[in-house]
Amino acid sequence: MAEVLVLVDHVDGAVRKPTLELLTLARRIGDPVAVHLGPGADAAAAVLAEHGALRVLTADAPEFTDYLVVPKVDALQAAAAAVSPAAVLVASSAEGKEVAARLALRLGSGLITDATDVVAGDDGPVATQSAFAAAFTTKSRVSRGVPVITVKPNSAPVEPAPAAGTVEPLAVTFGELATGTKVVARTPRQSTGRPELTEAAIVVSGGRGVNGAENFSVIEELADSLGAAVGASRAAVDAGWYPHTNQVGQTGKSVSPQLYIANGISGAIQHRAGMQTSKTIVAVNKDAEAPIFDLVDYGVVGDLFQVVPQLTEEVKARKG
Amino acid sequence: MSLRIVVAVKYVPDATGDRHFADDLTTDRDAVDGLLSELDEYAVEQALQIADAADEAEITVLTVGPADAKDALRKALSMGADKAIHVEDDALHGTDVFGTSLVLAKAIERAGYDMVVTGMASTDGTAGVVPALIAERLGIPQVTLLSEVAVADGKVTGRRDGDAASEQLEASLPALVSVTDQSGEARYPSFKGIMAAKKKPVEALGLSDLGIEEDQVGLGGAWTAVQEATARPPRTAGQIVKDEGEGGKQLAAFLAEQKFI
Ligand SMILES: Cc1cc2nc3c(=O)[nH]c(=O)nc-3n(C[C@H](O)[C@H](O)[C@@H](O)COP(=O)(O)OP(=O)(O)OC[C@H]3O[C@@H](n4cnc5c(N)ncnc54)[C@H](O)[C@@H]3O)c2cc1C
Ligand SMILES: Cc1cc2nc3c(=O)[nH]c(=O)nc-3n(C[C@H](O)[C@H](O)[C@H](O)COP(=O)(O)OP(=O)(O)OC[C@H]3O[C@@H](n4cnc5c(N)ncnc54)[C@H](O)[C@@H]3O)c2cc1C
Repeated sequence: MAEVLVLVDHVDGAVRKPTLELLTLARRIGDPVAVHLGPGADAAAAVLAEHGALRVLTADAPEFTDYLVVPKVDALQAAAAAVSPAAVLVASSAEGKEVAARLALRLGSGLITDATDVVAGDDGPVATQSAFAAAFTTKSRVSRGVPVITVKPNSAPVEPAPAAGTVEPLAVTFGELATGTKVVARTPRQSTGRPELTEAAIVVSGGRGVNGAENFSVIEELADSLGAAVGASRAAVDAGWYPHTNQVGQTGKSVSPQLYIANGISGAIQHRAGMQTSKTIVAVNKDAEAPIFDLVDYGVVGDLFQVVPQLTEEVKARKG
Repeated sequence: MSLRIVVAVKYVPDATGDRHFADDLTTDRDAVDGLLSELDEYAVEQALQIADAADEAEITVLTVGPADAKDALRKALSMGADKAIHVEDDALHGTDVFGTSLVLAKAIERAGYDMVVTGMASTDGTAGVVPALIAERLGIPQVTLLSEVAVADGKVTGRRDGDAASEQLEASLPALVSVTDQSGEARYPSFKGIMAAKKKPVEALGLSDLGIEEDQVGLGGAWTAVQEATARPPRTAGQIVKDEGEGGKQLAAFLAEQKFI
């Protein structure tokens, strides 16, 4: 069967969940070959093998961490030359999309970004995307070259599928542009101990209605009772009540959890763009006319400071 | 020496309108009024600030789009850009990210530049890859998704807030910069700015001026094919309750019934 390259998204060898989802999708269209760049390949290889990687191509060099985007493009291009893949799958992070785009241009191949599903088709993989703030669903395929597809987190299940996972070194020659943009400092984001926003099964969000940074504890307590991630609207972020890394929406994160709970959020189009594909949507808002209620499976018209703490108590009581 | 900045700005259908696809599965541009992509206002703003900090600078705004796209250029000119380039050609209808980046790169080369500034993503296609593609095509460093940017001594520096870390980046000019909506509020055009914009030059270019063949762009030149576009089925009306003191408990019961607790 044809091989499918999967670029591994990891932090020092700790493979991030979206990559394991890519391996599930890759198996639908061919034999997964993982490409691991940077440190930590040994730890990563075992996890990748458990999830279906037949081979793991690895390259480590300071360029991958000290410079932006281009070294990874050089490496993926080398992998594509070595493997002649039927497709290349990359996680839809900001960096993932930039790497994928430059690779596709070099390969003379079409690009599909932010896919929410990928299946095998008669003329190659067919990808589902959502358009116009998720008001439309499209199905597209690449009509030229090796399909390069970036896939959003939460688009496929993580499935164990033990495979050989043979580790093989990948020879990479860096081009002149590889060292064009230097990363002079890197400050890792502090972990909150809560699930990753884009990967969480449940997201609890707060908006302008939360009315103050100190009140976000109401949102956090509900999130913690459910094991959920915390999100925020841009209004809440712009007011300085919650970090931008937690913003949900067009210019924040796009989330697709099993359950999304919007508290004190009106439901502007740019917010909907980032959460409309959630499976179940719940809102608490004191304004019965708020547009968010057009989207919900269940809505409570009421003051969030009454409703949310009561819900949190009830969740804790039911969980025992 | 004068710093030459080219800002790429896109003319997009208003996101608050009822956007949809035309029969050929491209964006139906007649359905909704267009405007300068709000995320490109941040690019214009940062270019203006960089120009202010430089000894001497000239800002050219560039768009690829239909006749109405001039509105986007006028807005950017009224904010304070110096001149504009409008690439318009019937053959451009349905162009994908590769065609778009090709036209932009050729027009940028023709204009001459030390620095290219773009938005983080358009508000319609939202791919967020055109900036990286322009950098690849021009063979210059990409310093993208910056929430803070500065130019000094022939170098651009900036902060990129990523998923896992916040990075401080640096590159030598010429370089491509893209900025996020965290980079700083965009200014409103003043009355004076609006009046001055009417007199600023807008150069019109076609594909032949850029040495681009028709089959390199448009629906025919696209490397991806949209096969179908379906409107999301309207959600079945959800259950809505008014809190009479038990709202939290009622919601908990719903979540339990859905097996979330
Ligand atoms: C709903 C939808 C889905 C699409 N999906 C795909 C797809 O999967 N693959 C594909 O190849 N094409 C796709 N396209 C087409 C593609 O998005 C557009 O053809 C192309 O104009 C640029 O991509 P973008 O709008 O996503 O730009 P982005 O990459 O999001 O734009 C980033 C920046 O580039 C600059 N820029 C972009 N376009 C222009 C312009 N015309 N003039 C001046 N500056 C510009 C701006 O500074 C902008 O802020 C899609 C279009 C739509 C409407
Ligand atoms: C280019 C662009 C990009 C954008 N990107 C994003 C994005 O990524 N994410 C995003 O969220 N927005 C984004 N926005 C902003 C968006 O348009 C809205 O302004 C924003 O989503 C509003 O946030 P909100 O719903 O919290 O605030 P509001 O619209 O002010 O709504 C607050 C809601 O809280 C309710 N409320 C108040 N008090 C209470 C209470 N005690 N109990 C219950 N309910 C209460 C009110 O009834 C109201 O419905 C973007 C805008 C632009 C132009």
